Amino acid sequence: MLIRHLLAGAAMALTATGALAQDDGEPLKVGFVYVGPIGDGGWTYEHEQARLALVEEYGDRIETVYQESVPEGADAERVLTQMALSGTDLIFTTSFGYMDPTINVAQKFPDVNFEHATGYKRADNVATYSSRFYEGRAVIGHIAGKMTETNKIGYIASFPIPEVIRGINAAYIAASEANPDVEFNIVWAYTWFDPAKEADAAQALIEQGADVILQHTDSTAPLAAAEQAGGVVGFGQASDMAEYKPSPRVSSIIDNWAPYYIERVGAALDGTWESKDTWGGIDTGMVEIGEMTDAIPEDVRQEAQDLADSISSGEYHPFTGPLNYADGTEWLAEGETADDETLLGMDFYVEGIDAEIPN
Amino acid sequence: MITLEKRPSPSRAWAWATPVLAVLLTMIAGGLMFALLGKDPVDAIRTIFWAPLFDPQFASYSRPQLLVKAGPLILIAVGLAMGFRAGIWNIGAEGQYIIGALFGAGVALAAYPSGSPLIFPTMIVAGALGGFLWAMIPALLRVFFNTNEILVSLLLVYVAEQFLAAMALGPMKNPEGGGFPGSRNLQQYDAASNLELLQGTGLHWGVVAAIVAVIFGHVMLTRHLMGFHIRLAGQAPRAARFGGVNPGRLVIFCLGLSGALAGLAGMFEVSGPAGQVSIDFNSGYGFTAIIVAFLGRLHPVGILLAGLLMALTYIGGELAQFMLGIPAAAIQAFQGMLLFFLLGVDVLTNFRIRIGARGTA
Repeated sequence: MLIRHLLAGAAMALTATGALAQDDGEPLKVGFVYVGPIGDGGWTYEHEQARLALVEEYGDRIETVYQESVPEGADAERVLTQMALSGTDLIFTTSFGYMDPTINVAQKFPDVNFEHATGYKRADNVATYSSRFYEGRAVIGHIAGKMTETNKIGYIASFPIPEVIRGINAAYIAASEANPDVEFNIVWAYTWFDPAKEADAAQALIEQGADVILQHTDSTAPLAAAEQAGGVVGFGQASDMAEYKPSPRVSSIIDNWAPYYIERVGAALDGTWESKDTWGGIDTGMVEIGEMTDAIPEDVRQEAQDLADSISSGEYHPFTGPLNYADGTEWLAEGETADDETLLGMDFYVEGIDAEIPN
Repeated sequence: MITLEKRPSPSRAWAWATPVLAVLLTMIAGGLMFALLGKDPVDAIRTIFWAPLFDPQFASYSRPQLLVKAGPLILIAVGLAMGFRAGIWNIGAEGQYIIGALFGAGVALAAYPSGSPLIFPTMIVAGALGGFLWAMIPALLRVFFNTNEILVSLLLVYVAEQFLAAMALGPMKNPEGGGFPGSRNLQQYDAASNLELLQGTGLHWGVVAAIVAVIFGHVMLTRHLMGFHIRLAGQAPRAARFGGVNPGRLVIFCLGLSGALAGLAGMFEVSGPAGQVSIDFNSGYGFTAIIVAFLGRLHPVGILLAGLLMALTYIGGELAQFMLGIPAAAIQAFQGMLLFFLLGVDVLTNFRIRIGARGTA
């Protein structure tokens, strides 16, 4: 029990001084815990960009701290506790594996608020947030379907979890609508970031005839492989990957966390912060489609933009029936759209994807 | 002219002084690096070495955390040191750590939700067995086919990682986890959890096991025939063979022991501080333990101190990162300097520096 008391005491003392300090115009202290280095060019890089946007927005009213390359598990719990002990008021934990540590530490520090990305466990002082990346995947899926000449699209997947499976399905549905002859060839890399493995996967897909590569891994290696092969296009993932413009990178899905972070820190400054779950799409600005280059024909660019606009306005849902499960049984009837719960737990392919989900 | 002259026997005084010298040199070179990064070097060094122990804001939490972080490092390093002394190089403790954790967690998850008091002891045995079996692959391949155990044990780390990912996504996935990867959290399963034994001390069964391993390791090396064989095989392999040391048996013993200890470390970690089997559950303990083993001069008591020092640089490094904005890479470079300087000044233990011309005949 001793540690509980000590921690609670420390937390109370800190919030007490924190509250007093706030009156003196002391800044709100916002912490970030990153899973990768800030220079990874993908996932962590985008969170860091959003932190910088926060500093730009609120200036002296906030103070930000961050810690990069924090392993998930026991180390995360220690890092979070130390951050809370140092008087941080609001902490963003930006990787799925920080879920249980975030909940554990939040219990010990009831006066510190936490925001956990991509998880599903909440508490009074723990909010969760993620983005509807599948909306972006539908848009690039459409472009992919139009751009392929071999009708073979290669897909570099990371881990067989709902997030990734949802992306594959969304891209396939849009691609096959644009081009009914399209085939998906999926390679599981079992990594989020490993340039060597990703390059190998891209190489294998290209050798099997794919001329469009989609990726759910974070490095630019697949684009480099596409450039080397020639005549193959791909898309930026997580960040814009603009250095491969105008081709092979013809567009991108950008994770833009800035609008969300600005909103939530604003709420904390006003004293209106409360725990909730956010799953933002193109409409909130959290999912952005990067510049579509001239390598895409004019009319396809227009169609893709129209698709993005109709998803953003809520007019169109990327999972709209008629859609069947892979075995041919009906999932969604004509005009029916998927509910969030099914999407969040998605563990099946839609009809037309000729592959098995590894187990 | 400066020359190095081999000492007739290693200097005892220098053997103990070099680690201290290495730490001092690391502080100087590290401070220089921090200064080049535009940070106050004194502040940075103070935050790394002093804040986790004595800063009133953190110490009550950070001090016990030293044991939590050092426990698995010491447990693994003591096992590795036995092999290293005998010239048997197990570089794959990381893999044995993973398999030990999977075996231990496998027992717990299979027994869930039973509350039997036998579960935790069974997990301990399973964890040690898992690490032992994984280490037997390079051991037996070396004994029977003369393969290189450095390569085999290292490559098996990557196999173990794939196995871990498959388990976290498949058979061990939490059925109540909404399809997300990762097992049930064992911290929340009383019969299988390895929690703090005394609140606020950081002491859990894994730390106890590490201390026991240090004591047994020391006794074995100094008092037991096996310890004598290990030292003999390392110092004079030919003499060892004539002296009746069976090299095959020694390989199996050293790899088996270090594998079992690494497996135990993994099991205590998955049931305690980490809590669950997840895709990237392993966080490099098996590799860091190699540094700890050498930093501790392959001596169990030295390893105990080295493990604590390493843990201090980790925890202090974390504080320095978010308090002072020092990049993670700079902290890793700082830790690397520690090993670099240790190996560098090690030369003083075995050699004497002579300044001036050598007498010519």
